[in-house]
Amino acid sequence: MADKKTLTFSIMDAPYENARTVTALRLIDIAAKRGYNVNVFAYEGAVALSFTKQAAHPNAVHDHDVDQEDHPLPNEWIAAILRSAEAKGGKVDWINCGLCVDERGVNESVVGTRRGTPGDLWKAAAASDGTLVIGAK
Amino acid sequence: MKVLQVIDTAYRCTIEEQDDPVVWITHVMKGAGGDLSLLLVNYAVKGQDASGLAFGDRKQSQPPHIDRDIQKLASKGVPVYLIQEDLAERGIRPDELVDGVERIGRSSVAGLFGKFDHIWHW
Repeated sequence: MADKKTLTFSIMDAPYENARTVTALRLIDIAAKRGYNVNVFAYEGAVALSFTKQAAHPNAVHDHDVDQEDHPLPNEWIAAILRSAEAKGGKVDWINCGLCVDERGVNESVVGTRRGTPGDLWKAAAASDGTLVIGAK
Repeated sequence: MKVLQVIDTAYRCTIEEQDDPVVWITHVMKGAGGDLSLLLVNYAVKGQDASGLAFGDRKQSQPPHIDRDIQKLASKGVPVYLIQEDLAERGIRPDELVDGVERIGRSSVAGLFGKFDHIWHW
């Protein structure tokens, strides 16, 4: 793809806290489905998005057991985005801030994601067609 | 690549992190060779003191020193900008500011943005 774009996102919100997370994942998903190369630098609470020990739960308010509720887990969304990118000929380089991971004890991360540093964000942004920072507020 | 870091939210997890995460990441990216500047408000006031926190017998021994971290950024050659009107609205006097920061008028912000390749709004 001659016009393949490379986009970089930095996200900061923890899972299950803010609509910004879903919005960011929508943008990343669209880019992946277009076959773009995408870099994601997960900073602070966002490193927990790819944590593999997230667990679905039942929801008594909905009268649903765990299967009926089919609760979405951000790590599953991220794994799906990575698969989608690969199927479309692109790549998602999902980088978790290593110190932020250690602070939160969320070392178990989706296969295909990796640890990194803010220097990786800088390099990714410098090599990208566009960069969007979505900070926690 | 020139990046202006805009810190829109002050005191975001500063007690837990013992620093501001955007000031911190600016330090690290500057160390990685980045060409960064900073636009902020309250953090440039000298003498802010967040010490004294304790929960039970667990005391925080290393409270954040945001003014020190801002001063260090400026000394590393990271331009730090403040908006004059923001300072006036908050009653912050120029003599209360750390050294090395630059005050600009609100009407100059668009021109400042124009000097950068990226504006990262945190």
